Amino acid sequence: MGDWMTVTDRGLSSESKSISQYTSEIKMSPSSLYSQQVLCSSIPLSKNVHSFFSAFCTEDNIEQSVSYLDQELTTFGFPSLYEESKGKETKRELNIVAVLNCMNELLVLQRKNLLAQENVETQNLKLGSDMDHLQSCYSKLKEQLETSRREMIGLQERDRQLQCKNRNLHQLLKNEKDEVQKLQNIIASRATQYNHDMKRKEREYNKLKERLHQLVMNKKDKKIAMDILNYVGRADGKRGSWRTGKTEARNEDEMYKILLNDYEYRQKQILMENAELKKVLQQMKKEMISLLSPQKKKPRERVDDSTGTVISDVEEDAGELSRESMWDLSCETVREQLTNSIRKQWRILKSHVEKLDNQVSKVHLEGFNDEDVISRQDHEQETEKLELEIQQCKEMIKTQQQLLQQLATACDDDTTSLLRDCYLLEEKERLKEEWSLFKEQKKNFERERRSFTEAAIRLGLERKAFEEERASWLKQQFLNMTTFDHQNSENVKLFSAFSGSSDRDNLTVHSRQPQKKPHSVSNGSPVCMSKLTKSLPASPSTSDFCQTRSCISEHSSINVLNITPEEIKPNQVGGECTNQKWSVASRPGSQEGCYSGCSLTYTNSHVEKDDLP
Amino acid sequence: MNFSEVFKLSSLLCKFSPDGKYLASCVQYRLVVRDVNTLQILQLYTCLDQIQHIEWSADSLFILCAMYKRGLVQVWSLEQPEWHCKIDEGSAGLVASCWSPDGRHILNTTEFHLRITVWSLCTKSVSYIKYPKACLQGITFTRDGRYMALAERRDCKDYVSIFVCSDWQLLRHFDTDTQDLTGIEWAPNGCVLAVWDTCLEYKILLYSLDGRLLSAYSAYEWSLGIKSVAWSPSSQFLAVGSYDGKVRILNHVTWKMITEFGHPATINNPKTVVYKEAQKSPQLGLGCLSFPPPGAGAGPLPSSESKFSLQTLKPVTDRANPKIGIGMLAFSPDSYFLATRNDNTPNAVWVWDIQKLRLFAVLEQLSPVRTFQWDPQQPRLAICTGGSRLYLWSPAGCMSVQVPGEGDFAVLSLCWHLSGDSMALLSKDHVCLCFLETEAAVSTACRQLGGHT
Repeated sequence: MGDWMTVTDRGLSSESKSISQYTSEIKMSPSSLYSQQVLCSSIPLSKNVHSFFSAFCTEDNIEQSVSYLDQELTTFGFPSLYEESKGKETKRELNIVAVLNCMNELLVLQRKNLLAQENVETQNLKLGSDMDHLQSCYSKLKEQLETSRREMIGLQERDRQLQCKNRNLHQLLKNEKDEVQKLQNIIASRATQYNHDMKRKEREYNKLKERLHQLVMNKKDKKIAMDILNYVGRADGKRGSWRTGKTEARNEDEMYKILLNDYEYRQKQILMENAELKKVLQQMKKEMISLLSPQKKKPRERVDDSTGTVISDVEEDAGELSRESMWDLSCETVREQLTNSIRKQWRILKSHVEKLDNQVSKVHLEGFNDEDVISRQDHEQETEKLELEIQQCKEMIKTQQQLLQQLATACDDDTTSLLRDCYLLEEKERLKEEWSLFKEQKKNFERERRSFTEAAIRLGLERKAFEEERASWLKQQFLNMTTFDHQNSENVKLFSAFSGSSDRDNLTVHSRQPQKKPHSVSNGSPVCMSKLTKSLPASPSTSDFCQTRSCISEHSSINVLNITPEEIKPNQVGGECTNQKWSVASRPGSQEGCYSGCSLTYTNSHVEKDDLP
Repeated sequence: MNFSEVFKLSSLLCKFSPDGKYLASCVQYRLVVRDVNTLQILQLYTCLDQIQHIEWSADSLFILCAMYKRGLVQVWSLEQPEWHCKIDEGSAGLVASCWSPDGRHILNTTEFHLRITVWSLCTKSVSYIKYPKACLQGITFTRDGRYMALAERRDCKDYVSIFVCSDWQLLRHFDTDTQDLTGIEWAPNGCVLAVWDTCLEYKILLYSLDGRLLSAYSAYEWSLGIKSVAWSPSSQFLAVGSYDGKVRILNHVTWKMITEFGHPATINNPKTVVYKEAQKSPQLGLGCLSFPPPGAGAGPLPSSESKFSLQTLKPVTDRANPKIGIGMLAFSPDSYFLATRNDNTPNAVWVWDIQKLRLFAVLEQLSPVRTFQWDPQQPRLAICTGGSRLYLWSPAGCMSVQVPGEGDFAVLSLCWHLSGDSMALLSKDHVCLCFLETEAAVSTACRQLGGHT
């Protein structure tokens, strides 16, 4: 940077010099080639060219300037502006071509230089920005460095302080320890001192005691005495015995006997305890074996190396275990075996349990994905939900019951209707029975009708035959026209014969009925029905068949509705059908049907009520 | 629960006879013997001076009354009222007097522990035992009455002598590895002797009857040591209470510690039942037996709070015999429970379950616990605090009973009758017998208190 600046200064002051210098400098510093080029071309040309031209050539000094230019150009390696001169005397002619060439070349050069300059400028800019960037980076890094350095210093300081503290604490601890040691020493020394003093004192005390003893005891103190009325017998009734060696030995014996008894008692207790423990152990072992044996194969498959050998041991032990006598042996002989086997089994059990634990934990982890395994939480939630539902249902039932009661008390109309429904049900029952009766009757009627028709047909045939007979007879009569009176008498006779026979009369009546049949079938049965319904006291409808009919249809429809919702459809389909259905529904036990119907009506009515608001 | 009328008493001297038939009590220089059932005076003896100590002989035939000031012991016979015996220790003085287990010998300790004189009531013979040690518990008899262990001090060393009580023959004599022996105690089976050192050092030694050292145990050093020792009635456990506020239980096989019971001021275990006596407004009904209504008296604390802190006393450290550590220890007769008192929480009695080796219950009273004693027949603990109430604890619960009578009957001490049906409650100058109902009645009464766990 600095170089560059100074160079420009110089360049401004003197061009010619500067150029040479620049060239030299080019050689000297090839690194700053671009800058040199910029100096070479741009500065003299761009800035000073104009003034240069304005001052350089005038009318007067064309010659000089041309020569100067030529000189300059030749120094730069351009061809001379002048023509090759033949002699020195002759004035050199300005070679226009050369000038133009030179100018062109110069222009080209200029353009090139300009381009180069542009390039260099952009490069320069780029470099400058790079520089700036780098500088900023540099400064930033410098700052960072500074801060980190500061931090480091702070940390170092803290470390130093902590170390200092630590040292102090150590010192304190040491001091305390020393103190403790000192105090302990003091205590110990005091203790020894105290003991020593005590001993001294005690000795003195003992001496005094001895002295006192002598003084008090040896002097025949009359006062020391027992004043007793009479000596009493010993508690055990025995007399006191003299102290001899024998008694001493006996005492010893007794003492040892007591001790022995005690030890025996304790041994017995321990034996008992041992036996119990052994029993527990045995049971445990058995259970262990039984527990482990079904899994023997599985773990062997899984981990042959680790458990296989142990399992074989288990089997051995199981064999051993059968020998119950083993347990009665003293502990020393069995102990090792026993403990070893137990230990082994325990290890197996432990590993097994661990495996199970792992599995369980795995399952637990996968539990949320696995749908087969219902987790406890889910289960609980489910039960909770169900319980809630039950509760809700219960509440519902309760409210329903309440509503029902309200209904029963408040809405009398409804109840009466319900009651009526009930009555109607009963009535319907009866009606149904009647209906079936009627049906039977109808069937009978139909049978009779059939027989009548048959009879009528027969009658018709007979009539035909009769008429044919008569025709033939009339024919005969016509043939016998001769006697007319005779014919009339014959006719009268025929009529009388007709009325006289009751069979014939009946036949005619019956034969007449079948002719009306299409009407009478539908008409006859309702009459019968109406008669039947009339006989029922509870029936609201009186005599009219149409009324009863409609009533039945109404009630039946209601009832069917109440009994089963499924039967609504058949009901809608047709009256005949509903009647049939109804009879079917009420067939199993009239009372039951009634009850069920009633209850259902209750629920239905409530459902309806619920739906209303 | 019924209470007898109140009788006069002096210096808390009242004792049931070992056979449970009689009750001896002292009023100044008179000794009154009553029938336990009828409470009628059977005998009345007059001593030469104010009685300071009484003791029944083991066969309940004789009572000794000691008058230490005069150096006198007077013995009375229950069977022959005219029979009398007076033992004068003369200028040697008297500091302690006790029966031998056979009930025919009296052991008198002279002043300055110069010697122990064994007086026989059967023969003229008098035996002397020299060098008895002046300590808290220097004489102990085995439960079967065969042997006596005596702590001795000769040439600044501790010794233990074991005597055969039948003829006072020295059986064993051995030195103990103690600085300053403080107490000795036979195991109930009479085969092991526990010997403990002064409170300056935690050391307990166990000797066999034949003088062999079975084991020595020391929990810690450089601190105040053992304060109290108790054998379990089964001889299986030895409970050692110490100044660090802990009870250590040693077993009888290895003589090593099984467990230690700390006595912290706060109880965290929610399983532990804490009974806290609550202040109640003074009752107006006089002379009537009063069960405290539920919620008052010694009711259990609602265990909703997991922590319970006891009232603690800050011990004065610059005085001798600081009020810290386990001062009282007692096993229940079936060895299932252990009752303790930590002296810096003097209002509380701790009951430990020995089967499960854990704290079972804590009873916090309003005033410091004076005495507690187990029912000889069942795990039932009677506690008195120097107030007018008697407290009973059993695993079923806790109850407190106001002692009826004019004015306050401050129960300073109590002692159970052999049968566990009654007990004598002692105040400063009165005695009153308390007859307990059968267990069923008591348990119902407990239930009446309500909410007991």
